Amino acid sequence: MTNPTRQQMYQPIKFYAHGIPYLKDDKIRGRLIVIEGPDASGRSTQIELITSKLEADGHAVVNTGLKRSELVSEGILLAQQSHTMGKRTLSLFYAADFADQLENKIIPALEAGYVVLADRYIYTLMARAVIRGLGRRWCHNLFGFALVPHLVFYLDVDPAELVHRVFLKRSSLDYYESGADMGLSDDMYESFIIYQGLLAKEFYKMQKRYGLVIINGNRTIQEINMDLQKRIDSFLGSGSNGKLGL
Amino acid sequence: MPQQKDTSRNVRRRIRAIEEPAFKGKLVIVEGVDGSGKSTQIRLLEKWLRHQHIPVFFTEWNSSQSVREIISKGKKKARLTPTTFSLLHATDFADRYERNVFPLLRAGYVVLADRYVYTAFARDVVRGCDPRWVRNVYGYAVKPDIAFYFRVPVDIAYERIMRGRPKLKFYEAGMDLNLSKDPFESYRIFQGRIVDQYESMVESENFTVIDGTLDIESQQKIIRQKVVDMLLGHKEVKYIPEVPSS
Repeated sequence: MTNPTRQQMYQPIKFYAHGIPYLKDDKIRGRLIVIEGPDASGRSTQIELITSKLEADGHAVVNTGLKRSELVSEGILLAQQSHTMGKRTLSLFYAADFADQLENKIIPALEAGYVVLADRYIYTLMARAVIRGLGRRWCHNLFGFALVPHLVFYLDVDPAELVHRVFLKRSSLDYYESGADMGLSDDMYESFIIYQGLLAKEFYKMQKRYGLVIINGNRTIQEINMDLQKRIDSFLGSGSNGKLGL
Repeated sequence: MPQQKDTSRNVRRRIRAIEEPAFKGKLVIVEGVDGSGKSTQIRLLEKWLRHQHIPVFFTEWNSSQSVREIISKGKKKARLTPTTFSLLHATDFADRYERNVFPLLRAGYVVLADRYVYTAFARDVVRGCDPRWVRNVYGYAVKPDIAFYFRVPVDIAYERIMRGRPKLKFYEAGMDLNLSKDPFESYRIFQGRIVDQYESMVESENFTVIDGTLDIESQQKIIRQKVVDMLLGHKEVKYIPEVPSS
């Protein structure tokens, strides 16, 4: 006989602020794990590795991320291409996209007992908005309907190392990931370094309030993966290797 | 006199001076349920102000080009939750606010808005969003100089709408709230609840109440007088029109 793992126990949903008052079912069995980090920090690679491992161990896993809702992702892409949308408008657009994913995908999966692995969450959206001058409190309250995840990792990578990885990935710097809309520098490279530095600083400021676990992302894929997997397995608390007690 | 040094502190101060909203313009908005007559009145007010050569800008709810298509797409799929419904309208509002309302107020325009933040305060709360959350989402928006609220008994508003338009759209009728299977009955209940929300804001939001059952000309005369009184206390507008006595 094995004790029920944490995975199987029902928990009430916890929200950051005002929550979702009209939500009828507020008990979940699944667990929400978030991986945050800048562009090219290795998030998606890690999520792939973790997903396979968790599935091999017998967990049901759902992946989610930003800009993936059917509802608005297209609109966000269009808006970004034309560079005509204001910073608050764009933030609200992202919030709508996130809310759609949260209510139509994340919460149902958690209710059904899935482990939800989120490639970025509200923290990226808040950091981007705050460094563009939107108030911290406004941003925090805006995402007051968001679920408090069970685990949040932040892959911290030095901006100089990041540039390197971005170039390995696609040989050019992305307009928004370089903060080009902020007029930080005429030089795209310099703009990227400054912008990523500002974002990292904001993540460090959020660390305590939102319980971010900072992971040294300057290491190799395998090293980072071992670190993350160990922490996730010990959280899910399902036996010595994270396997279900079958 | 020596020129001020271009220290980062001075630059910051100058930027702050630019960002400080020193409004020269005035904001006049109308609120009320469908069929309360508010749109007719604000259009008449607009025509009159233009005729007096006062710089006027008119904006209405749910009209931003870039956001509108996405909203109507989402509405067709009928998969909007109260939160996404609210956020998409907030995105529409922010787009019009950042693009037009805010800059034009600073430039000294009289900005006229057919529905403003109070529409969200009423509708989203009826749909089940947290009132504090909705108020935070719109927390950055400037308070109107005059907020006209058109008070009409629900039955009269209902009849005015039914006369012109026999079909009701899904969200318009509040069908997402499961108030009734009959769209007309649902609409009537939904509108009644919105009226309750408006009425609860009359004092706290300092609404100027207009009796929407009066004939169009009488209402317009009252409105013009209120607007003139407001403009008289306003140095930037040089030419103040007179309200012709009937």
